[in-house]
Amino acid sequence: MIPRSFEYFSPRTLDEAISLLQKLGPEAKLLSGGQSLIPMMKLRIVSPQHIVDINRIPNLDYISESDGHLKIGALAREHQLETSEVIQQKLPILADTAKFIADPLVRSQATVCGNLAHGDPANDHPATMLALGATVVATGPNGQREIAVADFFPGLFTTALEPEEILTEIRIPLPTAKSGGAYLKLERKVGDFATAGVAAQITLDDAGNCKNAGVGLTNVGMTPIKATQTEAFLAGKTLDEATIKQAGEIAASESQPMDDIRGSADYKRDLVRVLTARALTRALERAKGGA
Amino acid sequence: MDKVAIKVNVNGVERAAEIEPRMLLVHFLRETLRLTGTHIGCDTSHCGACTVVMDGRAIKSCTAFAVQADGRSIMTVEGLEQDGKLHPLQDGFFQEHGLQCGYCTPGMLMTGVAFLGENPDPSDDEIRHAISGNLCRCTGYVNIVKAYQYAAQKMREGGA
Repeated sequence: MIPRSFEYFSPRTLDEAISLLQKLGPEAKLLSGGQSLIPMMKLRIVSPQHIVDINRIPNLDYISESDGHLKIGALAREHQLETSEVIQQKLPILADTAKFIADPLVRSQATVCGNLAHGDPANDHPATMLALGATVVATGPNGQREIAVADFFPGLFTTALEPEEILTEIRIPLPTAKSGGAYLKLERKVGDFATAGVAAQITLDDAGNCKNAGVGLTNVGMTPIKATQTEAFLAGKTLDEATIKQAGEIAASESQPMDDIRGSADYKRDLVRVLTARALTRALERAKGGA
Repeated sequence: MDKVAIKVNVNGVERAAEIEPRMLLVHFLRETLRLTGTHIGCDTSHCGACTVVMDGRAIKSCTAFAVQADGRSIMTVEGLEQDGKLHPLQDGFFQEHGLQCGYCTPGMLMTGVAFLGENPDPSDDEIRHAISGNLCRCTGYVNIVKAYQYAAQKMREGGA
């Protein structure tokens, strides 16, 4: 399959890339990992007139810690999450998530920021970033602005980015002590989108109760879902079996799945219930110091 | 649409060409360079038959534009054999009967080259995860895992 013709640009700086986006207008599309865009172009679901390839802009492939945040640059690839030491130690939920994305070959190319910027509710990082309370940095002609991931997905395949903005960084607040998280997903086979996925991140207080919790849901709605009722329910509670079970039921009620080839809406809702309980259990183990 | 000039190091040889930006890397390798060892399987980023190694990482060449390879190094299955001697992975697939129809084999080999470079002493489970983006419809994978282990051992012993 061969995509429609396009004009190709390969800027060497962010400023140059943004100028190109301004000049070319909404018919231009950014290419980073390309693992969603290129298949869509081959199927001619999208046929951009101009491609702005940002892969040759230096110093955007970082995963670093600063100002109490983990920062992921626009060109950090999914495989980097799997081997990053800081992620293993402080945010294993990100490695969980990366390992569920497509397959190792795709993860060689695919970028973490692209997984958000694509705006697909079936993508896995949005739920995790919602659970983690992450923000994204949008860089455009007027400089940078920070957008909470919770405000980033207004609709299906739509993001809060303006046409001439580039998602240049994800900022995740580094968890404090006694924190843990996990991402779980049911997929029919390696590389499939989630039938349903659940991200849970918790922090315990000194008494061992849940100080705060973040819960995000994958592919059970028109957008990634932040399960705010579940989060509110968990805050301040002792995470015993009954509480975790009830949290799963609340999360299920917050999901808005549809029938499709991956299962019926009822089945997916039940899956959210089960995966939420399991993800919370795993998050609790990790918060208590288990690997 | 205007063509663009690219220079790509393929299996150690500098290759220059003028191509349309929409040309996929796999078509560049197969049609422009006539290196037909890299296969097109599903053409939808699922099967891994088109796997090549770009700058040390295994990627799907049906899901990259050739223009993205400008200035980079590509290794294809044709680059494995050196001076008439099979690469340990090729030898492993031969010794352990790691192929039947052979269609997935170039992709399986190239995934293996990048993987064993990073993980010279893998467990069977790690190998199975590493090849999870490469589909084989003949072998049931058991002998492919054995072939990887064979190669890993040879390479650790310095047979590479």
